[in-house]
Amino acid sequence: MQYQFLGIGFLTWITFLPVLGMVVVLLIPRGNTTAMKWTALAATVLQLVFAVLIWINFNPSLSGINDASGFQFIEKTRWIDLQGVGWFGHVAVDYFLGIDGLSLPMVILTAIISFVGMIASWNINKAQKGYFALYLLLDTGMMGVFVALDMFLFYVFWELMLLPMYFLIGIWGGPRREYAAIKFFLYTLLGSVLILLVMLGLYFSVSVKDPTTGQMMHTFNMLDFMNAKNFDPNSLLGGLGTYWRYVAFIALFIGFAIKVPVFPFHTWLPDAHVEAPTAISVILAGVLLKMGTYGFLRISFPIFPDAMLKFAFPLAILGFINIVYGALCAMAQTDFKKMIAYSSISHMGVVLLGIAALNTQGVAGGVLQMFNHGIVTAMLFLVVGVIYDRAHTRDLSAFGGLANQMPVYTGVMTVAFFAAIGLPGLSEFVSEMLSYLGAFQSFQWVAIFSSIGIVLTAGYMLWALQRVFLGQLPDKWKGLPDVNGRELVAFVPLMVVVILLGIFPSIMLHPMNASLNHLVEFVQKAGSGLVATK
Amino acid sequence: MAQTIYQSFSYILPETILAIFFVLTLLTAIVGKRRSKYLPAYMALLGFVIAGIFVFNQIGTDELVFSGMYAVDPFSWFFKIIFLVAGILIILFSLQSRELEAASTKYAEYFSLIISLTIGAFFMAGSTNLLMMYLSLELVSISSYILSGFTKESARADEASLKYVIYGAFSSGLMLYGISLLYGMTGETNLYAFNQAIAMGGIQKITLLIAIVLILVGLGYKISAVPFHFWTPDVYEGAPITVTAFLSVTSKAAGFAMLIRFFKIGFIDVAAQPVVAGMWEIFRGFRWTDIIAALSVLTMTVGNLVALWQSNIKRLLAYSSIAHAGYILMGFVTLSDQGISAMLMYFVAYLLMNLGAFYVVMLVANKYHTENIDDYKGLGYRSPYVAFALTVFLFSLTGIPPTFGFIGKFYLFAALIHTNYIWLAIVGVLNSVVSLYYYLKVVKNMYLQQPVETSRVSFDFGTNLLMTLLVVPNILLMLYFSPVLAWAQNSVTMFGIR
Repeated sequence: MQYQFLGIGFLTWITFLPVLGMVVVLLIPRGNTTAMKWTALAATVLQLVFAVLIWINFNPSLSGINDASGFQFIEKTRWIDLQGVGWFGHVAVDYFLGIDGLSLPMVILTAIISFVGMIASWNINKAQKGYFALYLLLDTGMMGVFVALDMFLFYVFWELMLLPMYFLIGIWGGPRREYAAIKFFLYTLLGSVLILLVMLGLYFSVSVKDPTTGQMMHTFNMLDFMNAKNFDPNSLLGGLGTYWRYVAFIALFIGFAIKVPVFPFHTWLPDAHVEAPTAISVILAGVLLKMGTYGFLRISFPIFPDAMLKFAFPLAILGFINIVYGALCAMAQTDFKKMIAYSSISHMGVVLLGIAALNTQGVAGGVLQMFNHGIVTAMLFLVVGVIYDRAHTRDLSAFGGLANQMPVYTGVMTVAFFAAIGLPGLSEFVSEMLSYLGAFQSFQWVAIFSSIGIVLTAGYMLWALQRVFLGQLPDKWKGLPDVNGRELVAFVPLMVVVILLGIFPSIMLHPMNASLNHLVEFVQKAGSGLVATK
Repeated sequence: MAQTIYQSFSYILPETILAIFFVLTLLTAIVGKRRSKYLPAYMALLGFVIAGIFVFNQIGTDELVFSGMYAVDPFSWFFKIIFLVAGILIILFSLQSRELEAASTKYAEYFSLIISLTIGAFFMAGSTNLLMMYLSLELVSISSYILSGFTKESARADEASLKYVIYGAFSSGLMLYGISLLYGMTGETNLYAFNQAIAMGGIQKITLLIAIVLILVGLGYKISAVPFHFWTPDVYEGAPITVTAFLSVTSKAAGFAMLIRFFKIGFIDVAAQPVVAGMWEIFRGFRWTDIIAALSVLTMTVGNLVALWQSNIKRLLAYSSIAHAGYILMGFVTLSDQGISAMLMYFVAYLLMNLGAFYVVMLVANKYHTENIDDYKGLGYRSPYVAFALTVFLFSLTGIPPTFGFIGKFYLFAALIHTNYIWLAIVGVLNSVVSLYYYLKVVKNMYLQQPVETSRVSFDFGTNLLMTLLVVPNILLMLYFSPVLAWAQNSVTMFGIR
């Protein structure tokens, strides 16, 4: 435990700093909104600082995934420890945090997006105390999901996020906020109860030796779930390629797919994104969607490698549907925000396609795409937020000729749009290219058909750009002010990341590499019955 | 088992204390001022506290007293604690109730009835004899008939009470018929002897099945399982809120305690060696678990689906409590100690969250004079702390972390998955998703909609303190649930069974 601050590990800090901030915010007397804002901002800035420290100290040569010694910044203590009566066995839940090359990009992404979202929340003018408290709670939930290695803990964080999200959309959202908030909540709860059942199935199927007493005991440790030797032969999920393992994989898939969202579980997304306030849309698209694909890679694939190999092709098909369907829907929108929301579905399809390919290029592309899409889509939602704040409409056809009126804004938006299109030199180019490359090796035709999505994306993005910036400026928008300083503070870090990763993607690819290679190798071997050597 | 009556008395000291205080509380009507609620309430509280001390002394006791009539074992001990906590909370709630003031001359009767119902519940949890079971059930029932019609000035309360009596009389009649059938077949009223009689064989299975179904009617009525639930919404809506809360916890938990004990002691096959530790075998050929599984599915599904349409919050909570009976029944289907310990754990959660929710409903009814969910609009802005507390209770009822309700559901589902009742677990989780919708309806009104009026309504310190005492364990016990889990596991033990 060398990475500590005040005797507490880095990962605990990065996860629970926001809660600390939340407590402070709640203690600030009502009315003193400035203090609340700065407290919340300070919490997210400190979180970002920890994220940078973690990135600097991260050792890229360690693999992780199913290997406990390959994880870094590990913190492990007993949370629930009950020797229990004979028939119940030893009940133990660990507070087990750790990161590897798969979670590192997500941790950094969460820290960046939380910070940016906080800046975008500056103008909240209703019940600020509740807003910032819930925002920080949400932040903790998100970060916790990415650092938890005990599945019980993972599930608690996963659910913890739902409550603040419901209120943030429902109280501070747009006109149809009630409908959107409850739809989001019901959908995601439906997904998470399925995850819960699979988690329980795994719990009773796996036994490991208790290090203290030497007896066999059940566990929620994800890494233990990944070792086929730990499964009791006659248990529900024991063996390889059994009926119940496929059922469990599909249940987990639905649970995570709702978050991604994978077609046909996507209908909550346009509603939630459109109704949520700007900052929350940023968080939703920037971080929450990634939890689904992170769940695939962290839980579904390594724990059910046999089922994964079996269902790789359907996954790729779903990726294809997401890409093309999302893009076509985006093209049909006149609401600026809805268009971006559907573009998220399309871009998350690329992630799905990449990881379904299950080779190094595909998975690396997928994970990098998760990171890049988080950054780019955050920018896109901020772009919408800026124009909506000023014009109070999001109707694409109501604009035109803004390029002269708002030159800086035009610049920012152009970078964001071209990044989303996947222009070489900007970040998404690299990740999309890698994803398609990987997919091409595994599922040639799916990849070829999916590439239609690239053209469609260019189509709707450029068309939107044209409708907003080119042409005649309507008289009523003559007075619109350009981007202000606060908004630039939110945009600039994101733009820097987009351009940096476009030119020099290895700063992100390098730390992921060892883990993802190991993941691919492990899933391929374990899935076909060859137990991994490690 | 061979204990004299005199020796046996030392094991029912808590019940005796409560009986004494039942009389004392009633007597306060004569000595005190007729309208004072404090004297009888404090007398009753004192009774509960003293009884509580004696209950605590019984920890670890495992005895059968009064010639096999009554068991004092860890299982009944668990329920006694639940009843005591519920009783104390209800007395504290009642002191603040506005509704009860309509019957302000009868406080002494009110509080003494709370004691008598608790005594009945104590006996229900420990009865090991069919007659004893029936008598204690009637004691609880009769006390609750009177309590539910207590504010007889209100027409709804009259209706509730009458409905309750008719339903109750009918179902307890059926139950008595079932008991007589059992007695006719085996010649025994003692559950242990009854078990041996079945083990010997030669019992007509059809008749036994009919008898079991008839007894299930009586028990199902007490726990308000569908299709014996029709009284529940009307009684819960018509009765004063404190009584509703009391019935929904104590009377229901007592029903469950009796159900578990009756089926476990009566039908466990002592000779059979279980395959898995902690499982128990029942006599072959009697698949009453299927009946219970069906009851459970029906109960939670109907409870949840009907709750979706309610606009009165008491009715909503009534249907939700029906649904919760369904969840709890799931644990019994597994026939395992794990399932029962999960049920016990759920009772702890249910006590905290359900009483909490009813408390808030009562407070809101006191100050806002409404039970209509639509009138909860903007409560989050007008009375922030009360609304926050209700939100915690409702999320706990839904079973979402970070609340203790989640742990309760978690262990129920764990027991089901462990015993491969996967279909039932799926029905259960889908039901909890459905339940989210109507719980959220209340939360939505409180926070997502703007109030018509904006003036703040605050509550006094004592109220907030009591509410905090209910909110804190709902969250704290999720973060650290080992003690409750340990307690529930140790309380599965019944006298004479492994």
